[in-house]
Amino acid sequence: MSSSTEADHGAASSDDAAVAGAREKASAADRGSGSGPAAGAPPPAGPGAERSVPRWRRSLRPYLLIVPALLLTGGILYPFGLGLYYTVFDFAASKPQPDFTGLENYRRIFTDSSFWDSAWVTVLYAVGAAAVETVLGVAVALLLHRSTLVGRVLEKVLILPLMIAPVIAAIIWKLMLQPSVGVVNHLLRPFGLGGVQWTDTPTGALLSSIAVDVWVYTPFVAILALAGLRSLPASPFEAAAVDGAGWWFTFRKLTMPMLWPYVLVAVIFRFMDSLKVFDIIYALTEGGPGDSTVVLQIRAYLEAIRFQRYSFGLSYMIVLWAVVYLAAMVLVRYLGRIQNRAAEVSR
Amino acid sequence: MTRRQPPARRNGAARRRVLGIAADGALILYFLFALFPVMWMVVLSLKPGHELLSTYFSFTPTLDSYRTVLGAGEDEGVPFVRFFLNSLVVSLGAVGLSLVIGLPAAYAAARWRFRGSENLMFTLLSFRFAPELTVIIPLFVLYQQLGLFDTHLGMIWVLQLVTLPLIVWIMRSYFADLSPELEQAALLDGYTRKQAFFRVALPLVKPGIAAVSLLAFIFAWNNFVFPLILTSSQAQTVTVGALSFLGGDRPKYNLTAAAALVSVIPPLLLALTIQRYLVRGLSFGAVKS
Repeated sequence: MSSSTEADHGAASSDDAAVAGAREKASAADRGSGSGPAAGAPPPAGPGAERSVPRWRRSLRPYLLIVPALLLTGGILYPFGLGLYYTVFDFAASKPQPDFTGLENYRRIFTDSSFWDSAWVTVLYAVGAAAVETVLGVAVALLLHRSTLVGRVLEKVLILPLMIAPVIAAIIWKLMLQPSVGVVNHLLRPFGLGGVQWTDTPTGALLSSIAVDVWVYTPFVAILALAGLRSLPASPFEAAAVDGAGWWFTFRKLTMPMLWPYVLVAVIFRFMDSLKVFDIIYALTEGGPGDSTVVLQIRAYLEAIRFQRYSFGLSYMIVLWAVVYLAAMVLVRYLGRIQNRAAEVSR
Repeated sequence: MTRRQPPARRNGAARRRVLGIAADGALILYFLFALFPVMWMVVLSLKPGHELLSTYFSFTPTLDSYRTVLGAGEDEGVPFVRFFLNSLVVSLGAVGLSLVIGLPAAYAAARWRFRGSENLMFTLLSFRFAPELTVIIPLFVLYQQLGLFDTHLGMIWVLQLVTLPLIVWIMRSYFADLSPELEQAALLDGYTRKQAFFRVALPLVKPGIAAVSLLAFIFAWNNFVFPLILTSSQAQTVTVGALSFLGGDRPKYNLTAAAALVSVIPPLLLALTIQRYLVRGLSFGAVKS
């Protein structure tokens, strides 16, 4: 069900998942201008108290209602702008009287191999976590959708890991993955695998952090996919059953195309969130061993907070912010296209 | 392979039953993976300190870890109860402020179409996806100057990044689902627009408000990076506090487990009450169940 605040109110098809306004945004982008819709008049008032309110005050009303939100938004945009401003200086705790350095910070970042290492680790983490969560989440949703007794009982507790703070989840797994006293190796010992150094090798540390991410966020994908499965129209499936289509054919040609918009919303959320992962890495590996799990937000934290090189650390964040922003634009465009296609399939 | 029908059907039925059992088995496997860590924390937190490394599954359970964490936490130099109360204060404060500011904005964005509203909505959505440190590093410098560092107020303010986008986006979708005719009718009956909002629209979306407030509370409670950087001791929250038992030269696993469990109790309890509303909440109104 799309939440439509657009002119075609109510005309939007009723069974596609839609990021509210995504389509508007796409169309606004197509027009090449970001200009929003013009001010609509407030709904006509009947005879009564509302009548006595002068017209100019009525048309001001929506603006008055959003003023507090605008002020607060401004209060958050101000530090962001300040951060952007800092990046063209060499502001640090050791240099409270910073000099203007222009784009020097960015030049340093892009010519620094540690930035590219961090970017690579970040991308690996985000792609890995989002991919595993998508496959596992959809699989869990399909299994729960069969609605057997086992499934109905388990569905009640599906969201538990998702509601645990990611940092706490990382702490829990850190305890479990301790090589000598952790329960994971203890349980593996009978199989001759008692000495795995989970977070002490570069590859192991990255895989372990992705595993924690998967543990926390798979329910997120599963919940959205399950909501999608439950809202799919029945008639195409009935037709397929009558034609004697096999399970795999039905899944590939019907279920997945219609389900994909729902899953894609989950994928977008997960991919964007994993690009800025911080909590899980901080608690599980602190970026170690060596620099092997220093993702971009951890790098910025180390630079700006630990070493108090504010400007330099912020430059990392501005680059990451730009990447996230671009990724979001591309993905939301794609989502809009997918939704239109899904609407056609379900017809 | 026979050409007679009935045996083939029987085979099909048997195959389906086997597949059904396999599917249930796969589900149970996933849920073991999902739930075992939490159960293991319970086990770990009940272990006596001296038995941590020796006995594995058989020991005399004790509540000592909880006593240390919740009562005499001062011995360990970790005032965990204060962290817990801090989490409560800043999460409630953040949700309260977001409701007061967000509800009118969500209503305006749902009922009128005007130039500022879409821009505001997308700015708020971009907060949801912005890397937190982009805002926190400047705030770290700014808060030191303004005296907001390590205060509840400073935390409540910065948590708006988490709670406000959620509350405005979800509530807009609830208001948009509400038929405008109801408010029109109220206006015809002589209500003012304000009365129509407070007496007609707001009561009708009450379940939505309750659900989105709880979800926002959970996200605020679970936040880690803001208190890590913007608090030190006075306003520190449980998510940062839970890490302190791991520090030092001898990490205390049983205390860490107890602290981790205590800190996840509020979000877990709340989450169980809003199951029905989660889909819309988690997807920012993009998917509705």
